[in-house]
Amino acid sequence: MGKRIAKEVSIAVAEAVKQCRVDVIAAYPITPQTHIVEHLSELVANGELDAEYITVESEHSAISACLGSVATGARTFTSTSAQGLALMHEILFITSALRLPVVMVVANRALSAPISIWNDHADIMAQRDVGWIQTFAENGQEAVDLVYHAFRVAEDRRVMFPAIVNIDGFTLSHMIEPIELPDQEQVDQYLPPFKPRYKLDPRKPISIGPVGIPEIYTEAKKAQDEAFKNAYRVIIKAWDEFEKIFGRRYRPVETYRMEDAEVALLIMGSLAETAMTAVDRMREAGKKVGLVRIRLWRPFPLRDFVRAVKGVKMLAVVDRALSPGATGGPVAVEVRSALYQVPGRPRVVSFIAGLGGRDVTVEDFEEMADKAYFYLKKKPKESYEMIGVKE
Amino acid sequence: MPKGKDTALMSWKEVPFGCYILEPGNSVKFKTGDWRSFRPVLDKEKCIKCGQCYIMCPEPAYEQDEEGYYIVNLTYCKGCGICASVCPKGAITMVIEEV
Repeated sequence: MGKRIAKEVSIAVAEAVKQCRVDVIAAYPITPQTHIVEHLSELVANGELDAEYITVESEHSAISACLGSVATGARTFTSTSAQGLALMHEILFITSALRLPVVMVVANRALSAPISIWNDHADIMAQRDVGWIQTFAENGQEAVDLVYHAFRVAEDRRVMFPAIVNIDGFTLSHMIEPIELPDQEQVDQYLPPFKPRYKLDPRKPISIGPVGIPEIYTEAKKAQDEAFKNAYRVIIKAWDEFEKIFGRRYRPVETYRMEDAEVALLIMGSLAETAMTAVDRMREAGKKVGLVRIRLWRPFPLRDFVRAVKGVKMLAVVDRALSPGATGGPVAVEVRSALYQVPGRPRVVSFIAGLGGRDVTVEDFEEMADKAYFYLKKKPKESYEMIGVKE
Repeated sequence: MPKGKDTALMSWKEVPFGCYILEPGNSVKFKTGDWRSFRPVLDKEKCIKCGQCYIMCPEPAYEQDEEGYYIVNLTYCKGCGICASVCPKGAITMVIEEV
């Protein structure tokens, strides 16, 4: 096992990508993702990482270069944030439909306007339907571990879908945390060389990306969707295998103090650590509050999620993104839909918090849990509510 | 009227991985000639056999005959008119297709 060393999370992520022996990196710098690709470019320039580093003129080009690179059978990485991710949008759909397993770390950041370089989940929520595997890290160690996992799952021949690892911008990307980077031998054991099912090779020509006329498009999308749903089992097994080699256990949905919980907070990403403190405090005050954290966002782990919230009366979903005029935050809408068919389902209240780098404190979480209790007795007036807004 | 799924080319289970085309050169099976609304007509009197039409045809639908003239294959010609546009001698005229 490697040593536990204090490192900036972005640097640790870049080191993990290096340990994954990537062949190609194509990226465009954007805050707060910059340190990841900056460090990777140093590693390549210093000869510590034998990879092609393609400097491009935009994120649209970055992801396009990645797509082409994976199509030739090269292990490929990119990273971006916010407007950069938005600029990649159209190519993200193509990457997944063409079954090209690019791995990307998104340092989550608010979308303009107003211009904000700070953290929320607006960028990734706008990419909900692109057909990539999507996970959310809570802390630095998890961010690193999810990178190894992303390559292993994405490139698995039964999967062959691209994957995004989400890390909260600044609150994770720029933190210095104690992180254990495994030995190279362990990573090699976990992550075999990339052997795609098909690749672009002049000795054996194929065409990737032809037109899909109405007589085939629906069938093509059905095939894609079935394959994507089937990726779930590989995702779980890859975490089982991860535990065997590295000793850390990951599940699609995590719970904290959920035994006998009446009210549960639900969150994705690094704010869960703050929420845990709030849960501890409320438990001390005799309130039966627990916490659910979704790690795997796509494919959505429906059964694990339903099991996690069983017996809860009120679920307080804390979204880090606004979907203007919707019936809730993006996660809340998903969760309400997931629970609709479940007998004895908990009620769901949707809170929007932590936009554009606004801190969400322990007290804020306590307020949300208290509101959730209140809404058990009295129905909320609105279908979602912004927390921490100055009137 | 047939249901939508009756028009499908194959079951979703038979769709090739990623909708890839694994058989190179199979675009010749796709007869694009019926897209055409204008047809190129060559005036051999004016033609100097320079081959610009052959080079520029995006399909490519032009083939050279035994006399060295470039002749369009109407099975594939979409009628885009690039050949007529690039011909330095104005030897190709686009004529409307009568249906």
